[in-house]
Amino acid sequence: MHWLFEPGFFASRQVQTALAIGGVVAVVSAVVGVFAVMRGQSFAGHALTDVSTAGGPAALLLGISPLLGFVGLGLLGGGAIEVIGAQRVRGRDLATGIVLGAATGLAALLLYLVATGSTATGATQTILFGSIFAVEPSTVGLVSGFGLIAVAIVALLYRPLLLASTSSELAAAKGVPTRLVGLAFMAALALAVGLAALAIGAVLSTALLIGPAAAALRLTRRPGRALAVAALIGVGATWLGVLLAYDSYWWGSSHNGFPVSFFVVALSFLAYLASGARRPVASAGRRGAL
Amino acid sequence: MIDTWIAATIVAAIAGVVGFFVVLRGAAFPAHALPNSAFAGAAAANLLGVGSLLGLGAAAAAAAVLIATLGRRGRTEVATALALVLGLALGSLLLSRSSQYEPQLYSLLFGEILGVSSTQLAPVALLALSCVAAIAVLYRPLLYSSALAEVAQARGVAVGRMQLAFLLVLAGATALTVPVVGALLVFSLMIGPPAGARSLTASPGGAVALSVLIALIAVWAAIALSYLTDWPVGFFVGTLSALAYALGRGWAACRRARATAARSPADPVSAVAPGPRR
Repeated sequence: MHWLFEPGFFASRQVQTALAIGGVVAVVSAVVGVFAVMRGQSFAGHALTDVSTAGGPAALLLGISPLLGFVGLGLLGGGAIEVIGAQRVRGRDLATGIVLGAATGLAALLLYLVATGSTATGATQTILFGSIFAVEPSTVGLVSGFGLIAVAIVALLYRPLLLASTSSELAAAKGVPTRLVGLAFMAALALAVGLAALAIGAVLSTALLIGPAAAALRLTRRPGRALAVAALIGVGATWLGVLLAYDSYWWGSSHNGFPVSFFVVALSFLAYLASGARRPVASAGRRGAL
Repeated sequence: MIDTWIAATIVAAIAGVVGFFVVLRGAAFPAHALPNSAFAGAAAANLLGVGSLLGLGAAAAAAAVLIATLGRRGRTEVATALALVLGLALGSLLLSRSSQYEPQLYSLLFGEILGVSSTQLAPVALLALSCVAAIAVLYRPLLYSSALAEVAQARGVAVGRMQLAFLLVLAGATALTVPVVGALLVFSLMIGPPAGARSLTASPGGAVALSVLIALIAVWAAIALSYLTDWPVGFFVGTLSALAYALGRGWAACRRARATAARSPADPVSAVAPGPRR
């Protein structure tokens, strides 16, 4: 198996940390992502990832852990998106886009201040595209904690969330507080996005959120099964990404290595494409199909 | 320096015109996805040593076709989201192969005042003219298919083809705006000013003109402020676009409040207790 696992893979502390963090992030992203896709909130999910981007440099400027910055700003952004959104879908998309733009602009400024203020280089690259091999092992606990909260929110709200996601009118008729459920879900989304930002970078975390989830929803209609399949695909893509990135240091003569985030994004995309190949032709004409 | 202002004017004009249709069609998400794919093209062009405009245009066009095709089969937003991040990931990978990673990355993503050099001014202007020409030619069917998709289809307008045509025009607009404003901020220029304009006037022609005007003010101010403070252009563009949107919404709310106040009856008694039926 030497050709697959380059020397020192399993012994490396950085790899172990990366696998642990990556695994937790993948599961959380997949679970939250399935509902995000079902609720048609792919854009809101992506907007949240871009909003939380500003949290990274903000945290660096304040001297706190980037993870807290990502999560904190994500929660703020999620709240803003929920509050500003208009009734019509288009109005909501527009408001989301505006918040996204303003937050990204802020991220640009903060990254500039970080770059000019400190001697640390590569902040832009790390914040935007992640560097999972550089994460401190002590962060695993915090990541798992946040991840647990996000999954707990989804678990506690499972039934009303499912109902509100598939048919909001029925949910309202049944007395489900759709507004509150939406807000709680947005919080879980912000947590998932913040965690993924640490692993594969703030602007790329959408891939782990949407890719495995969308692929799973194309493979099975049962929500419970979709959650399991999405988690499996997500963890698979992440761990394979870590492995390939580690191996890539031995490829070619430059010994430069490819970033983990690139592999994870590419693999998530491939999983989505592959799941489409299996779909029966009959359902192709149905609106709202994946 | 004059070239910078000319480039900025072209950028703002195109963003204003194309942005009007982005807002009308609710295409904020593709408008955000295309620049990110364009970013990958610019990175590839940088590695291959060809002109960045070519890379930007080719990648944006490819993404437009991808989104149009994948979108036809099913849920557009999933396809758009994945195309978006794939473009970003590819771009970051390609840039990491070059030696100028950090500064290149920053200026491509967040904009640079001197983004368009004087040699690129002619092709940029040409591309801009083609975009405007395309919009002018497709104006009616585009307006129809944006506002009333079902009516458009009944009238024989090929909605699918319109979507592809629109996305390709958007790709062209993206290619020429990214160097100055930055891949991550371009789309806020394409939704903020037009949204503000639409809140101020209902006529489409008027809204396009107003959208261009607001975009011009935003871009000029952004470049001036960036020049003065050294802060990134993208920051000012994002903030000013949000301001344009907010002002538009505030104006619309004011107008609504005044309209409801004017509609309330002059005689409160007759409204509350109508006379006996005869």
